[in-house]
Amino acid sequence: MRPPEALPTWEEGPPVGTELEPGPPPEVPRNPRQIAWTRRRASWGRIWRTYRKNTLGMIGLAVLILFALVAIFAPLLASKEGLKATCPCNGIPFSPPSLNYPLGTDNYGRSVLTLTIWGTRVSLTVGLFATAISMFIGSFIGIVAGYRGGVSESVLMRFTDWFLVIPFLPLAIVLASVLSPSLGVIIVVIGITSWPSTARIVRAQVLTVKTRPYVERSRALGASGWHLNTRHILPNVGPLIFANTILTVAIAILSESTLAFLGLGDPLSTSWGTTLQNAFSSGAAYAGQWWWIVPPGLAIVFVVLAFTLCGFALDEILNPKLRQR
Amino acid sequence: MGTRRYILSKVLQALLTLAFVMVFNFFLFRVIPGDPAALLLRGTAAFNPENVERVTHELGLDKPLPQQFLVYAQDTFTLNFGDSFFLKGQDVKTVIADRIWPTLLLVATSTLASAALGLLIGIYSGWRHGSRFDVGAQGFTLFVYSMPEFWFGILVLMAFAGGIGPFPSLFPAGGYATPGADLSGLGHAADVLNHLALPWFVLVVAYMGEYSLIMRNSLIDVMNDDFVMTARAKGVREKQILWRHVVPNAMLPTFTVVLLSLGFIFGGAITVEYVFSYPGLGLLTVQAIDSKDFPLLQGLFLLFSAAVIIANLVADILYSQLDPRVRAG
Amino acid sequence: MSILSVRDLEVTYATQAGPVPAVRGVSFDIDKGEVLGLAGESGCGKSTIVNAILRLLPAGAITSGEVLLNGEDVLAMKGGRLRAVRWTGASVVFQGAMHALNPVQRIGDQLAEAIVIHKLSAEKEAILRAGDLLEKVGLPPRRLRDYPHELSGGQKQRVMIAMALTCSPSVIIADEPTTALDVMVQAQVLGLLHELQHEMGLAMLFITHDLSVLVEVCDRLAIMYAGKIVEEGRSGPVFEKPAHPYTEALAAAFPAIGDPRFRKSPSGLGGDPPQPDSIPSGCSFHPRCPVAFDECPTTIPDLYEAGEGRRAACLLVPQRAQVAT
Repeated sequence: MRPPEALPTWEEGPPVGTELEPGPPPEVPRNPRQIAWTRRRASWGRIWRTYRKNTLGMIGLAVLILFALVAIFAPLLASKEGLKATCPCNGIPFSPPSLNYPLGTDNYGRSVLTLTIWGTRVSLTVGLFATAISMFIGSFIGIVAGYRGGVSESVLMRFTDWFLVIPFLPLAIVLASVLSPSLGVIIVVIGITSWPSTARIVRAQVLTVKTRPYVERSRALGASGWHLNTRHILPNVGPLIFANTILTVAIAILSESTLAFLGLGDPLSTSWGTTLQNAFSSGAAYAGQWWWIVPPGLAIVFVVLAFTLCGFALDEILNPKLRQR
Repeated sequence: MGTRRYILSKVLQALLTLAFVMVFNFFLFRVIPGDPAALLLRGTAAFNPENVERVTHELGLDKPLPQQFLVYAQDTFTLNFGDSFFLKGQDVKTVIADRIWPTLLLVATSTLASAALGLLIGIYSGWRHGSRFDVGAQGFTLFVYSMPEFWFGILVLMAFAGGIGPFPSLFPAGGYATPGADLSGLGHAADVLNHLALPWFVLVVAYMGEYSLIMRNSLIDVMNDDFVMTARAKGVREKQILWRHVVPNAMLPTFTVVLLSLGFIFGGAITVEYVFSYPGLGLLTVQAIDSKDFPLLQGLFLLFSAAVIIANLVADILYSQLDPRVRAG
Repeated sequence: MSILSVRDLEVTYATQAGPVPAVRGVSFDIDKGEVLGLAGESGCGKSTIVNAILRLLPAGAITSGEVLLNGEDVLAMKGGRLRAVRWTGASVVFQGAMHALNPVQRIGDQLAEAIVIHKLSAEKEAILRAGDLLEKVGLPPRRLRDYPHELSGGQKQRVMIAMALTCSPSVIIADEPTTALDVMVQAQVLGLLHELQHEMGLAMLFITHDLSVLVEVCDRLAIMYAGKIVEEGRSGPVFEKPAHPYTEALAAAFPAIGDPRFRKSPSGLGGDPPQPDSIPSGCSFHPRCPVAFDECPTTIPDLYEAGEGRRAACLLVPQRAQVAT
């Protein structure tokens, strides 16, 4: 079998008297779906390799993994009983950090460390679920608007713009106070107030993809709207949505902490926001009880920072506009 | 002229958005799960079936929805939002009017300061991008951006009002002016400024970073444009190139974003006023949340939304006057 | 003494992948009233030369050699002197159709700026002088109050020409002044340049990739390839009887109607010009050269005498000369 480089080029014409021996059949994917997946896997691999070079992005990722582990293994790190005000494990209220209570205690004598560790679960959960709702609504509207164009697009975009104009916190406050406070309510409220910016970005990207040759060709071959959207548009808009998702989670976590701080959180759950709310209304600021105030806040800062760094790193890789710079 | 039509269309759009907000506001409190009247009375001593029915009738909630909406629309136009629950006997309009000035003072001064500082930092960061100043400024911005404003507020309160460790207790612990002090003129102004200082500081630091980032990126884009090369080739000094050519072009997109982010400053004002017990609309909002004062919340929501819509409108109109390309139509 | 004398100019850019040589030893002279055309494909270094003359290169670019403007070396000038010489000694006509004009400043102000900063007039007289210049390039003086977006591509180019004349420079460098224009407008702008140059006895460096344009406007031509000049001489002879194979290929790419040479097949040169970071060894043209022989990849050709006032950097030139003697 001849190696490929030795094969004659057309300029010299096909060789006379020698037959091209068939080599072993190359790894031919069996159907178009396989081709697409092989290609997609390769491009995800490329994305990961580029991401790895981004130091800040890697730091963000590391911090995120750390927090995720803390959230998952919370029961192993701190006893859940410590969240109850009447737990015998509690110490003297308002006491500064000591050996038994490395981050001091709150007004019930609960260990602030326990509160912060368990708060990770709530804050991350709310952040992720609220973002999921927001991304789902936003992407759906963005894709439909971008794909359909015409009247539907203008109506949907007008609607999106209206929502964008309404200031976020007053809207969230009004919604949350009308409904009874619970985790689910908070998640829904944040979710339905953050979709507009996603919708805009998604629509812009859909418009770019829609006019690409392979989409037009697919349509000419008779592809249905469903096929075009799921097979062509979504995979190309997907990465951008993903980068945007990460950034949205950061904002969702900030929003949750703010709403909880204002008293709209679930009084039965312990999040960083409710801990801070408790601290503030117990006068911790005036009393200088920094051990109660600083840790939950720092936790928020680090998680949000981590998500933001990851989001920026991904955005740089996936956002076509930024790549040109 | 093209401009007049442009302005007219923008005003129309703003009115439409305002109408949308009004409708949204209406449905918010009527089409919620459960009985609105019961919601209002829940948790109070007056919660019993007769009172619920009475309140329902009082608020006109037993009338058909379209009729309710007409009443609502009428009321809104006459700025009649009903009576506040929290402050019994006072109507919402008065309650809001009483608290509007402190918030106006806080938001206006902090927006101006954070925009001015943010823009300057952004200009310098962008012009010297990659320098230590730039990297430092970006890092600082990122950190502040990840901080909830209320937490930063609490830290500042703890440090500079309560005084802790090395931090001196320089400022009062909240409020608008020293209660009981009978000051006037300069003395009063100084007292007010003293109380305004900390919440103002928190808002300025919290939002400065975002403006600086936008300005920085805008500046870098413009720096690489061809006309900058032309100016340099003509022999214009670098400083003049920055201020006469680059900044005016970079300012345009930045300016719109600055005005559009007013909505977030209102959100920040709510939490910061609460932290510093600063008696403005923000603190009022939190008090309304606590007492489930729905008429008050409705009024506040409408006011905040209207403020942002008007700010956007002003931004659009001003931008059209500043950018010669838009002015031509 | 020549107005502009470039001696052994070398420019190396600093890129992420290492230093990249864009100009590798270029020398030429332009006398008073003379028009020198600099031609070549994209990436050959012609625009770099434009920027190097007035030291407009980005930070990190290393320049060596001499650029003598009226006897003074621009590359050795200090900041203040350099700024003074810019525009008064040599000015540039950029491609105005793009973004070479400040979008938010009126035309009149932009024209007057050069006059004012070089202290040639006070502001009011400067605007008047700007109006005169606009008339000279065929635009009505009321255009002074316009913004760039209100002008067409051709009009903007005329403004750029007027701008170049504001400080009565000794030499004008025209950097692709007609590239982005329609053919009819091209002809107008070229005619204008030709007229002005003649009338004012200006020295001019005319840069383009369009050889057909050069032959009309220029007295002498210099052809560039991969950062070096490969042929130079009087424009007529260079175009009609090229001494360098590259020039021959360039000239052949512009067919003349009625000329039997072009009847049979369109000629174009296969391949692409080399990237500055991977320049072939020896004669950099040898991979694409139809008449390359064994010495070409190993020997770097000098600019050999190829006739009266003609030089070409091809190893065939001294061979032909030997054969002739």
